[in-house]
This record gives sequence, C-alpha cells and structure tokens, in this order.
Amino acid sequence: MADDVKVKEGIDADTVAAAKALQSENYSAGFKTDIETEYAPKGLNEEVIAFISQKKGEPQWMLDWRLKAFERWQNMTEPGWAKVQYEKIDYQDIYYYAAPKRGAKYESIDDVPQEILDTYEKLGIPLREAEVLLGVEGADETAAEARTGESGSKVAVDAVFDSVSVATTFRKELEKAGVIFMSISEAIREHPELVQKYLGSVVPRSDNFFATLNSAVFSDGTFVYVPEGVRCPMELSTYFRMNAENTGQFERTLIIADKGAYVSYLEGCTAPMRDENQLHAAVVELVALEDAEIKYSTVQNWWPGDENGKGGIYNFVTKRGDCRGARSKISWTQVETGSAVTWKYPSCILRGDDSTGEFYSIAVTNGRQMADTGTKMIHLGKNTRSRIISKGISAGRSDNTYRGLVSVHKKSEKARNFTQCDSLLIGGDCGAHTVPYVEAKRADAQLEHEATTTKLSEDQLFYVRQRGLGEEEAVALLVNGFVRDVMQHLPMEFAVEAQKLLEVSLEGSVG
Amino acid sequence: MLKLDNLSARVGEEESEKTILNGLSLEVPAGEVHAIMGPNGAGKSTLAYLLTGREGYEVTGGTATLDGKDLLAMEPEDRAAHGVFLSFQYPVEIPGVPVMTFVRTAMNAQRKARGEEEMSAPEFIKKAREIGGILNIDAEMLKRPVNVGFSGGEKKRLEIFQMMMMEPRFSILDETDSGLDIDALKTVANGVNALRSPERSMLVITHYQRLLDHIRPDKVHVLAKGRIIKSGGPELAEQLERDGYDGILGEVA
Repeated sequence: MADDVKVKEGIDADTVAAAKALQSENYSAGFKTDIETEYAPKGLNEEVIAFISQKKGEPQWMLDWRLKAFERWQNMTEPGWAKVQYEKIDYQDIYYYAAPKRGAKYESIDDVPQEILDTYEKLGIPLREAEVLLGVEGADETAAEARTGESGSKVAVDAVFDSVSVATTFRKELEKAGVIFMSISEAIREHPELVQKYLGSVVPRSDNFFATLNSAVFSDGTFVYVPEGVRCPMELSTYFRMNAENTGQFERTLIIADKGAYVSYLEGCTAPMRDENQLHAAVVELVALEDAEIKYSTVQNWWPGDENGKGGIYNFVTKRGDCRGARSKISWTQVETGSAVTWKYPSCILRGDDSTGEFYSIAVTNGRQMADTGTKMIHLGKNTRSRIISKGISAGRSDNTYRGLVSVHKKSEKARNFTQCDSLLIGGDCGAHTVPYVEAKRADAQLEHEATTTKLSEDQLFYVRQRGLGEEEAVALLVNGFVRDVMQHLPMEFAVEAQKLLEVSLEGSVG
Repeated sequence: MLKLDNLSARVGEEESEKTILNGLSLEVPAGEVHAIMGPNGAGKSTLAYLLTGREGYEVTGGTATLDGKDLLAMEPEDRAAHGVFLSFQYPVEIPGVPVMTFVRTAMNAQRKARGEEEMSAPEFIKKAREIGGILNIDAEMLKRPVNVGFSGGEKKRLEIFQMMMMEPRFSILDETDSGLDIDALKTVANGVNALRSPERSMLVITHYQRLLDHIRPDKVHVLAKGRIIKSGGPELAEQLERDGYDGILGEVA
C-alpha cells in the first residue's frame, strides 16, 4: 500500500498507515445501522419483481409495467462508453429489495426502531418533526412552528431507507396548498391516474440499460405534484440512505409542476462504508407544463470507496426533465462528491417554445474516484435557451470527465446555449477531460462554449498561506472560489452543507 | 526584531540548483525601515521568499530569527501569524473570492493562531472603509475577486491595503514601486508611512531610489552576489542613483 504513495523522507510506515486510516474516517456518514432487515430473495427474476410489487401492494398495471421492463432489460447489454472502469456487476448477486423489518408504516413512536431514529440524528437530518413522522395527532403544526422559528424557512423531508420510504414530513401543510408529496409507492396506490399519465413519459421504460433495470425493480422514491398556479410553500427534500449489505438502490422520483406552478426540490444521499461495491441506479423524471418551473438540487455523498479504490457506490443514474409547456423552466444543480464511479447526465428536453434549461454542476473526485458526468440540452421548441456551467475538481488519482450534448433540432428557431466547463487539477496524478458534443441543425442557433483547465498553482497556495491560512484552509478557499458561480444556485441551507462537504472531500489532497 | 546571520541558500532542483544567498547578514531593529537595493539577480526576491517560507529554496547555512524565534522552522502561515507580511512583486489572482472575504478570512486565521478573538464584521468593515479611503480603494473594488482583472497599480494598492488591515510587525515590500505611476506611488507611500511605528519594522526591496524619496529609510543596504556588500544611510541610495550599481560594485571590489 505504501509503495504507491510518495512519502517524505523520515516518515515511517506506521505513520503513513495511521494517516491513511484517518483519511477513510473523513467520511462521516460511513456508519451502518444495525436493524433487522427483510430482503427479497437475492438475484433478479419475475418472482422477485412480483415479490416487490406485492410488498408494495401495487395494482396489476404496475406489475405489468415492471415485467415489460424486465423482459426488455434481459435483451439489453450494459453500455461501456463512459470513461470509467469498474468490476463487472453480477446482477444475480444483488438484493433488489431490503426493508427495515418492522415495516414502513409506524403507528406510534414505539414502533420505530431506535436505530433508525439514531441514524437520522447522526446524519443531522432535521427530524425534529419526529412526531409528525410517527403520525401523532396535532404534531404536524407544532413541529412546523418549531422549525420555522429557528431558521425562518421550512423544508419538508421524505426519507428513504434502503428500499422503503420511512417518513414524510409536513404532509398536512402541503396538502392545504394542494401539493402532493409522498413516496412513489403511496402515489401508485392513491393517485394512480397521475402516476400512469406521467411515469415513463420522460425517461421511457426502455430508455437505457440502467433505467430499464430501474423500471423493473424500483422499490421506492418520491412523488411530487404541484397543481396549476401553486407555488410550493416550502422546499421539498428527499434523503436517500443505503444501509443493507449487497443491496442495490433503485429509487424512482417523479415530479410534476402543472401550469404556472413552482417547486424547489432537494435530494441528499449517503451510504455506509462497506468493502463491496453497491449499485445505485435511480431514475428521476421531471415534467414542467406551461409557465412552470422546477428547481432540482442534489448533494450526493455516497461512500466513494477507500483510498485504494476498494468498495464504494456505483452511481449510474438517469435524470431527465421535460420542459413540456411553453415558457417552462427546469434547473438542475448538483454537487457530486461521493461514489466510487459516477455516471450521470441530468438533462433537459426543451420542448415548449421559449422554455429554459439550466445545468449547474460541481463534481469533485479524489482518491480513486471516477466521474463521467454532464448534461444534455435538447432544443426542440422555438426560442429555447439553455445554460451549462460545469466545475470539475480532480485530486488524488481520480478521473473527472465532463461529457455534454447540446442538440438543436430543425424546428428550434433561434435556440441559444451557453456552455462553460472549468476543470481544476489538484496534484499531478489526476485527470480532467472535457467532451462537449454539439449538433445544430439550424444556422440561426447561437451556441457559445468556453472551457478552461487550471492547476491549483503553487503561487496561489503560497500567496494565501502567506496571509495566514493553513494549507487545508488555503485549498478550501481556492476551491470555494472556483465553484462560486455554481454554489450561488444552491438553496441557502444546502450551500453551507455543500461547502463543508467540499472541504472534507479534499482533505489530504495536497502536500 | 529581524536578524539574519550568515544566511546562505540555494534554489531549484538538484540538477540545476544555484546558490542565491551567500553568507548574508543583516539586522533590522524594531521601529526601523531598511531598504535593500541591488541589481537584477542579486537575490532580492529570494530573500523575500526565504523569509516568508516559500517552497523551492533550501537554506544551506546561517540563521534567520524574528525576536529570537527561528523563522526558518515555521510554516508560512505561522510566520504570518507571527506578524511577517510580504507585499508581493507579482500579486496572485484568486478567482471567485472577493477581496473582503479573503482579507477577513486571513485576518481571522491569524488571530485564531495567536489565540485572539475574531474581529467582528462591523469592526472589520469600518476599518476596511477607512484604509480604503487612504489608498483610494472604493467599496466596489473590495467586492471584486482578489486581483482578477486588476491593473498593475490596483494590485499593488491592494497589497498595501492588506498590509494596513493586518498591521504586521514585520513587513517586506518586494518591488512595490514597479508598475506604479507617480500618483499611485505617493498613495502607496502614504499608506506605508502611516504604518510606521516604534514596534514595527519594514524591509523595502527596490531597484530605484524614487520610492525611497517617499518612504525615507533609516538604512540602505546594497545586495549583490548573495550578500550585503555595502550599508549606509539614505544618502547611499542617492549615490546609487548617481553612479549606478557598477560604480558601487567597482568600489567594493
């Protein structure tokens, strides 16, 4: 292990080993929760899919939908074009369903395993609304007041633990505004007409290998519907946590903003430190109708594996937004610091005339992490605009690729795009790559592209240290400066957390 | 205050290393301003970097102490916390970090290292406004990212701004006059003079006498071939201006 690390003279191997151990401890979300878990039989076949569907109490149409996806998936091959390498996944060696044994619904506080509550506390999730989660009458309002008093803004939380949504807060208050915010399993039962209308309408069942797998086995996720003309009164947030061993997480998120509606949605992810790799293949679909706006923010901190590349999450996710109505707007903001391998392109289909798509991204890789991420902006409608700002930071021995597509179709008059891709290298053993694709079928399209690659320079580091900042603080300051344009697009509460996360992710990356 | 005793240093990788300082001795007592003058390649900037802890220089002999403390054993940020400040010859750009954020973060880091309380935001802003006024730096400039898109003169004024904010006990000004027109030179000199006090000292590195017309040094040293070859009062700078370095070098040889 010490062979491949440059060690300054006079430092013995034990010190190096101790320092390395500490490095892994930087991942503060890396604990696991010991709770009894109920699994579906390992592996994937029609029985397992039927088991999942039955566990969720799904209607027949949903099971049929899943089975069609599974049939299709069996004839698909895993793609390999991304600039990432990982060990072949054995799809029959994964649990496709894992749930805390006591069940997803808790009638009273005594039913919730203490371990789950402890987990939330450690993660710092604002579950002051614990009572609300537990369904205690009247607790809704009390908890709401408590939170508003403190920070002045509210965030409703849906927490997904392995395959099951364990808690959704603020439901009543949202209902008053007409907003539906619940787990997708509940939505399938309670709002089948909405789910049937929109599920798979942005990311078709047969879209790609991982999306199709998700369509067959997705176990939970979040459903949001904001009715016509409603501005969602608070930020909505889902917190995903992978806990069980050898488990894949396949959540499905569907967000619909009806005409003139607005919603801001936050997604956070963590997983315990485990030696084996875990697969995360989510699908997120956003639909914005006329004049609607959806703002989707992600802070992804899945376990990245240890410093030698052992363990970690494979984050193979399909996220797509459809600006279906005229003048609609979808904005993706992501801060990606975790996962061993990340492979995702949150995209916008700019179907409605005068619609706008935005993508703001910070992707940090350190250690042996690999990230191949970017966006696709598909201009179909007239006067559509898109804006891409990507900031990639590579440290350690990692590889960080921006891959993006801007496509202007024949009927998309006067489409406009601005793309800016900046890469920052820390140290000499990492890589940054930029692969921008452009397809314009019209001459009146205005497409701008700017790209820079810079190395965190000795000059900058010295300048900042001369003014009194330690080495780690100096790196954090320079990196925060580098990502500032993107940070500004994150909701306040998230930005603070994201900033801390960046610092932790880059600890030990210089010197 | 600062004491350099027989200091020798070299720079660069082993293959191409080069001796830059060669037995340099110098003492700057508290309250004094000393100027170091010398031809290109004399080792002036090396001295500045060595005293502030930049990587890439190897001390091969001698000592450097500040109030008896071994400077060379400290990390750059610890030297800063001990009151060593360098006004850079070529200030560095820091994209995305506004001047105010930068200066405040740095000052608080220094204070923390010294076990002092952080400066409150109102106190900081008040001080920044006052000093900005002296140096002709407006609020707009303080909001811009550090040195990004700044003119040469603006960069130098910002260095002096930081110096005045941090009130270091020992300041090194490395060619602060280069790139400044005569008005900016006066502005900068006003700032530097405002900071002079019995408990502070400064080392002003320069090619030319013109800065020393505005910042009157207590002593002038001529640095050549890695050591001090001649020391004197302010009149030495005038002599240099008149006779050039060749004159002095010839005289010493």
